[in-house]
Amino acid sequence: MTVISSHKDVGTLSLTFVAEFAAPVDRVWQVWADPRTLERWWGPPGYPATFERYEFQPGGEVRYHMTTPEGTKPRGWWLITAVDEPGRLEFDAGFSGDDGEPLDRADAMHGVVTLEPVAAGTRMTTVFRFRSAEQLERSAGMGMAEGVREAMGQIDDLLTGD
Amino acid sequence: MVVDTDRVFHALADATRRDILSRVIRSGQSVSELARAYPMSFAAVQKHVAVLEQAALVSKTRRGREQIVTGEVEALRRVSLLLDEYEEIWRQRAARIERILQEDEQA
Repeated sequence: MTVISSHKDVGTLSLTFVAEFAAPVDRVWQVWADPRTLERWWGPPGYPATFERYEFQPGGEVRYHMTTPEGTKPRGWWLITAVDEPGRLEFDAGFSGDDGEPLDRADAMHGVVTLEPVAAGTRMTTVFRFRSAEQLERSAGMGMAEGVREAMGQIDDLLTGD
Repeated sequence: MVVDTDRVFHALADATRRDILSRVIRSGQSVSELARAYPMSFAAVQKHVAVLEQAALVSKTRRGREQIVTGEVEALRRVSLLLDEYEEIWRQRAARIERILQEDEQA
């Protein structure tokens, strides 16, 4: 995996992340399209994600939760707004209550994933735009429980693994 | 320093305020100097500066009859750090995707 570029825009609260994979576009599309595969990479180690509902089509609803080592289950939702297989996926996303349903549908971030063939295989561009700093902080919290410190340990693992 | 990140993002959501910030980060400028740089009233520029000040992105000091506006680099770093954390999440996710794709190949 090569991280080609990453661009953060403080003014618009957005992050653009570009990576390339040595696999065909159809195969990389499957890591998004198949919820069982998605569960294998969405959450960090020790914080597995479970997608209970996964309607992979425009207008489709998604419900998921993470399971923390402490046993808590932070919950989230997506509303899939565009599916253009195998090149483009768009969704709104936000936080859910204990019943799994959205706390506030208006309080959504927007994600756009594009896949395109390149010589090396597939280029994946993800753009996420947040509505507020609080939303960004909570998203970072759900994606990376132990924060930067743990992340740095994992980068070291990856480097020594190669 | 406690930074109210929502105020920071609100302050940065405006192009004029971002521009003001980029000017005063390099060197302090008086409100009247800033006002001359934009096609808007002195009061309007003063209002933008006030929003930046509430977000602790700039501070004002008095120099004689002038108010000098100076950028607060630390506050910007804090915002930038939040986005860095989110970027790190995506680096890790991409690494996990890569492993899944490699396992496929071996299977």
